[in-house]
Amino acid sequence: MSVIYPAREHSVVALDQVRLAIREGEFISLIGPSGCGKTTLLRVIADLEQATAGSVLVNGMSSHDARLARAYGYVFQAPALFPWRTVLQNVMLPLEIHGRSAEEGRAIAREHLERVGLAGFEGKYPWQLSGGMQQRVSIARALGFEPKLLMMDEPFGALDEITRDRLNEQLLRLWEREKRTVVFVTHSIPEAAFLSSRIVVMSARPGRIVEVIESNLPADRTLEIRETPEFMAIAHRLRVALASGHGH
Amino acid sequence: MAIEPAPGPFDRLLPVLAVLAGTAIAWYLAAIWLNAPQVIERVFADRPDWGWRELVAGTWSMERPVLPAPHQIALDMFHSVVDWPLDSPRSLLFHAGVTSGATLLGFVLGALLGAALAVLIVHLPTLERALFPWIIASQTVPVLAIAPIIIVILGSFNLTGLLPKALISMYLCFFPVVVAMVKGLRSPGVFERELLHTYAASKHQTFWKLRVPASLPFLFPSLRVAIAAGLVGAIVGELPTGAQAGLGARLLTGSYYGNTVQIWSALVMSALLGLVLTACVSLAERVVVVKGKQ
Repeated sequence: MSVIYPAREHSVVALDQVRLAIREGEFISLIGPSGCGKTTLLRVIADLEQATAGSVLVNGMSSHDARLARAYGYVFQAPALFPWRTVLQNVMLPLEIHGRSAEEGRAIAREHLERVGLAGFEGKYPWQLSGGMQQRVSIARALGFEPKLLMMDEPFGALDEITRDRLNEQLLRLWEREKRTVVFVTHSIPEAAFLSSRIVVMSARPGRIVEVIESNLPADRTLEIRETPEFMAIAHRLRVALASGHGH
Repeated sequence: MAIEPAPGPFDRLLPVLAVLAGTAIAWYLAAIWLNAPQVIERVFADRPDWGWRELVAGTWSMERPVLPAPHQIALDMFHSVVDWPLDSPRSLLFHAGVTSGATLLGFVLGALLGAALAVLIVHLPTLERALFPWIIASQTVPVLAIAPIIIVILGSFNLTGLLPKALISMYLCFFPVVVAMVKGLRSPGVFERELLHTYAASKHQTFWKLRVPASLPFLFPSLRVAIAAGLVGAIVGELPTGAQAGLGARLLTGSYYGNTVQIWSALVMSALLGLVLTACVSLAERVVVVKGKQ
């Protein structure tokens, strides 16, 4: 699959012949330098952008049909919460759009807020919450309608490291419990190594896949695993792969 | 860092009172200065032994002063409200009611027209270039010139009274609403729009769940401007109608008979009416719009 942005003089090849199969239930990270097309790849899967050549299948459907079938949840770089809605109403938004009853939506939203540790904040407005809490609301919003696939585009990029660590751990627990497929875009090596069951390393101009690294870390890992040799080894392989991608 | 104590009611009232007192003092001084020549010429013509005190008292109590003193206006307003029933043409409240009726109808029509035009412009970008020059041109024509035209044309269809005035009011009301609503409806960011795209939301849902609520913080300030402009429109619309009723008519009869106190009462009344109307819009805003992010 390729994505080419046409321009008057030099077309930009954002993604060049990318081949990738994502297995059901895995946590896959796309990592690479800025401009390597990792976000573009995610956006093509989400039908927010179109492939110039090739095709994308999501659960056996075209990405367009998958979007219309509401097969995936998408978490953006910013929480993108509606300031005129309370936290609960924000999580209810996709359910409303999908035509669920208000009663049902409220119950589902409450449950998902509890799962991201935000029980008790239902009536608050987004601006009354910290950045990390806002992003957790947006994750609850993406999970509320039970999509098979969760796509996250650098969801914790704007947060401080302490908050990011805590959210990484929570996200991992969530993934373990719910067994949804997660596609996660990041440019942080520790984040990718800690979260993923498989890591796709990409390089820039043109965006290509350099290497796919399988993680052998146990699923019930905690933050302490980052001190172990196994974790260090994966982080090292990531660093080497990223450096080799840079050399081209 | 020093923490300032929360302002008490007196701290908040003090600037208001100071401005009020300053205005009153300046007004009384201006009344002396502007009315003195007439007082000297007419009242003291055969009494050359007048003093300063008599002069000041004279300038503040003339029947047809160049500039009436504040208490004269206040008394005139008080008497016109208290001494006459509400349906009497001598009651200022009666005239204020007539004018606010036309203003409110024009405001509602203008807000609806403005919102409708904004929705059209946002959904059909080609219309922006087709409509905006006309919308802007409409506001460069002085309302004083448009008002008689509208009244004459509608009069030929036997439409008189409230409707022509409301239409003139609408003419001034719709403009700020169009400009603000176009901006407001376009205010949602890329993430918000793409979010609804990933939910496979219909255009209709995107409009009602994202664009409309996002436009409200833009809409209400424009409604405050609109209702004040609409009041001016209604008053101007009352000037050429043969001076039957309304604050505009009151202004006109006042100037026919050189009754300056009556002109000023009508003026102050229309200012108060403007304050009340914009306060009503602010109240509606507080009910409808969620407190903004701090």
